Amino acid sequence: MSEPLIQVRDVEFRYPGHSPVLHGVDLTIDRGEFVALLGQNGAGKTTLAKHFNGLLTPTKGQVLVGGKPTSALSLTELARQVGYCYQNPDHQIFAPTVDKEVRFGPDNLGLPDAAELADRALALVGLTAQREANPFVLGRGQRQLLAVASIIAMDPPVLVVDEPTTGMDLAGAERIMRLLASWVADGRTIIVITHDMDVVAEFIPRSVVMAHGEVLADGPTEHVLRRSDLLPEARLLAPPAITVSDELSRFGVGRCGTIRDVADDLVHILGGRDAGRV
Amino acid sequence: MDTARRGETTTMTVPGPQAPRTRNDAEIVLAAEDLWLIYPTAEQPSLRGVTFRARAGEFIGITGPSGAGKSTLLACLQGLVPRSVTAETTGSVRVFGHDVLTGTLGADGSRIGLVLQDAEAQIVGMTVAEDLAFGPENYGVPPAEIRRRISRALAAVGLDGMAGRDTYALSGGQKQRLAIASVLMLEPDVILLDEPTSELDPVGKAEVFEVVDRLRRESATTIVMVEHELDRLAAMADRILVVDQGRIAADGTPAELLADVALFLRTGGERPPAAAELDWRLRSAGIPLDDEPSTDLVTVLARITALAEKHA
Repeated sequence: MSEPLIQVRDVEFRYPGHSPVLHGVDLTIDRGEFVALLGQNGAGKTTLAKHFNGLLTPTKGQVLVGGKPTSALSLTELARQVGYCYQNPDHQIFAPTVDKEVRFGPDNLGLPDAAELADRALALVGLTAQREANPFVLGRGQRQLLAVASIIAMDPPVLVVDEPTTGMDLAGAERIMRLLASWVADGRTIIVITHDMDVVAEFIPRSVVMAHGEVLADGPTEHVLRRSDLLPEARLLAPPAITVSDELSRFGVGRCGTIRDVADDLVHILGGRDAGRV
Repeated sequence: MDTARRGETTTMTVPGPQAPRTRNDAEIVLAAEDLWLIYPTAEQPSLRGVTFRARAGEFIGITGPSGAGKSTLLACLQGLVPRSVTAETTGSVRVFGHDVLTGTLGADGSRIGLVLQDAEAQIVGMTVAEDLAFGPENYGVPPAEIRRRISRALAAVGLDGMAGRDTYALSGGQKQRLAIASVLMLEPDVILLDEPTSELDPVGKAEVFEVVDRLRRESATTIVMVEHELDRLAAMADRILVVDQGRIAADGTPAELLADVALFLRTGGERPPAAAELDWRLRSAGIPLDDEPSTDLVTVLARITALAEKHA
């Protein structure tokens, strides 16, 4: 059954002397969910996500993690619960080798199986061969993977990942998204902040759309990305797979997340040479 | 929809009487001949026999997966190899006729400018004006001329009136436009752009594309742009090169390149345009779509609709 892991209750946040960056935000994320936080820059996505691990606390309302208000939890307790991967890996990486970078978190938390956790995290992101390398000789995509590895090495039940596919090529983006999906399949909860609508449609089942500090829409991605009444207000554009499958729905094309799925449906409908996967 | 304009933009936005941007007899400003390159600690060469020419006024797009050698190629064209970036090379790289692998660009160094992926890495001034003045001051350009160039460069990138702003307070898109303006301060004939939009949000990306497109339309500058946003690149480029594993895997017009969906799926560099991918997948499955493959979403949808209506 669903178990609320993060509960945001009527949250307002403002920096002293400024107007609110968040207001009236209500959001519940259950254990095991894979959620996209969408919206243009300044919509409040990162500000909201920083409430999940206690980097920020609400000026009004409450954020509960595992049933306890973040204001009552220490940063160490929260760090065990919620890992946070920053958008720019270079703001996070500081150790002289890949291995030391990944070991730092679990060592710091005093986890008894730190070495094993680090090894597993490196294997998951495919950086085992580079363990002795200086992080800054890695390519940008690999540094992004390293940043993710150093957080998942702490084995947090909740992971917030800010723009994981920015600056990555298609193969790198798909690799990191498959990795996150497998992490969710193992029972973790992941919240991804992203602008990459193709990636959202393909991989992330629930979407939360934010605009000017409020939640504008929240629900299954396939519904949310079809809210043509709301997306323009958030300055978001539905990805082609969504618009194309809608356009062709009168011929029986289903609600597809990728162009490959649209093509598969069409081949079934039109009876192509190979009515299996294209 | 964006895709509807693709391939037509280069010819349609430049009005009639103007001469074509690229003439076959135009000066070759950049040339690599059978260029091989290996970095000191690497086991494999980063470039493997790259041959490529750019004529004055051309806009060349370069695309391909991470680690393919795109940035290395730009570093060579900028004359950074081997003096600033150490590597062993064979073959040749000529920039304005100078062999830059064995010699230097000399006084022609200011005729070529480079814009990097990370805008912050290339900003040196506390204020916008300080940042813009840095390059020309180093070249001994007189202060009055620097002031004239600052207002021209700011206008070119849509940052008019922002000379006094603190650089740290600029948005990502503004920082990248400032980096382009800094390059324009030396009035270069060639501008190289290395994934200038890849770290920006959609608004910042759109700002930078608009500036690059204006540069393309309103100046004779030769532009080489490494970029993953295929739709936007295709709308501007005269030619697109696909670099994969140190080689030029393809070199052609945007329309030719975008139709080659198999190439993009094989290299994993970029998401192929939705229309081209849909068209290609249906053809590959034996669906009888008429005419030539199309990269235009409206056209592809119209063909599918006609077929589906007939089928029903």
